[in-house]
Amino acid sequence: MGVRSVLVVVALLGAIHSAPAAEQAITLASTTSVEATGLLANILPQFTAKTGIAVNVVAQGTGKALDTARRGDADVVLVHDPAAEREFMDEGYGTTRRQLAWNDFIIVGPSSDPARVGGGHDVVVALKAIALARSPFVSRGDKSGTNAAERRLWRDAGWTPEALNPEKWYRDIGGGMGQALNAASAMNAYTLSDRGTWLSFNNKGPLVVAIEGDAKLLNRYDVIELNPKKHGPARLAEAKVFADWLVSPEGQQAIGAYQVNGEKLFNASAASPK
Amino acid sequence: MDDFLQIVGLSIGVSLVATAIATAIGLPLGATLAISDFRGRRAIVVLINAFFGLPPVVVGLVLYLALSRSGPLGFLGLLFTPAAMVVAQVVLAIPIITALVHRAGERAWARYGDELVSDGASKVQAIPHILAIIRADLLTATLAGFGRTISEVGAVILVGGNIRGLTRTMTTTIALQTSQGDLSLALALGTVLVGISISISATVFALAGRASSAGSEEI
Repeated sequence: MGVRSVLVVVALLGAIHSAPAAEQAITLASTTSVEATGLLANILPQFTAKTGIAVNVVAQGTGKALDTARRGDADVVLVHDPAAEREFMDEGYGTTRRQLAWNDFIIVGPSSDPARVGGGHDVVVALKAIALARSPFVSRGDKSGTNAAERRLWRDAGWTPEALNPEKWYRDIGGGMGQALNAASAMNAYTLSDRGTWLSFNNKGPLVVAIEGDAKLLNRYDVIELNPKKHGPARLAEAKVFADWLVSPEGQQAIGAYQVNGEKLFNASAASPK
Repeated sequence: MDDFLQIVGLSIGVSLVATAIATAIGLPLGATLAISDFRGRRAIVVLINAFFGLPPVVVGLVLYLALSRSGPLGFLGLLFTPAAMVVAQVVLAIPIITALVHRAGERAWARYGDELVSDGASKVQAIPHILAIIRADLLTATLAGFGRTISEVGAVILVGGNIRGLTRTMTTTIALQTSQGDLSLALALGTVLVGISISISATVFALAGRASSAGSEEI
């Protein structure tokens, strides 16, 4: 019985190990917003069919994704926090950083609109009104690109993180975009969302778009190739093929063509970065 | 649908392998702790019972740091693979299986130990006898280990990375669908997860019932 169970284990381990391993596979550390919107699931098969390179997506917030790459656990990065990306480049972890798409952030909130900000186009004015009305506001609190953008906007509105954290109406949930939207929907709160996740999100409840169209709400996605000096075992050649494809006419076409419920989620922008 | 079957298959496969390995380690360890007496035994028993409630997310984090390319075991290249999930689940299941086997084994040893030793068996030779006596408890222990592994999300999402088609299990899919606001889909998959757990338990108990009635004269 002992020998047989060992054999079973070995066989199962073998099955698990061999099943998913494509000949070439790279690990992409990316943000929850490109994964949860379904964009990657939509465009990656096209890339894999053309090149034979499989792309394993680990979806994390931008902060964690960059950290995963710093540890050497990713081969390429797709993120959306310009400040954190610059730091990453300055530290020497990345070699090439190219923009591939943009969309925008929006403030969503309950249709009852307790802070009376609905329909506005000035995000700073709106945040000040939300703070003045002490209306619940959900923060990602996870060092993601959206979280960083939100903190930056609050700063523009005169609120530092130190001032915000003790406020009861400011609710730091420490989670992904979908969790933040679920939380905002459940507690009639405002929150900052990327438009892609919002459009593909299926539990909106009372939430509607309150603020959109401010230039400060630009949300740009970059692909970063890693420095071979810092990433020995990473599969950087295949990663480069992938990064090149994303900004190629074919990749850009695939990104721009992706729609959810008839709405375009990302504007391809490799040719004319915003 | 392909996705769905692949996810269910991976969940069951990873948990079965992890449970098998954890059982292979936990059974002898639990039995040894039950019948032997050495310095530090009590400390080990206390520790194992404490690890019963090991927070999966802590196990996940420690393994994540260890298996990372910049960690001590990075050369294995295991992070974000099913093998890493197996390792995490083995770590989580061993204390449960060991503790349950130890408890049952201790009772059996108190009752039959003298008899076995006076029959001329050494303690090592007595282990298989004790395991045979408590085989119903072994089943419970193994199933408890399996239950822990198949239902776990905190550790596997950290070390597996929830990669579509590679390390996405039922529990991490439920977490993902919830985050996409697809609550009904998440709930449906949750129902499947519960259904699978129940069927596996029921099957094992049915088989065990047959086995124990066949071999009951041994006791």
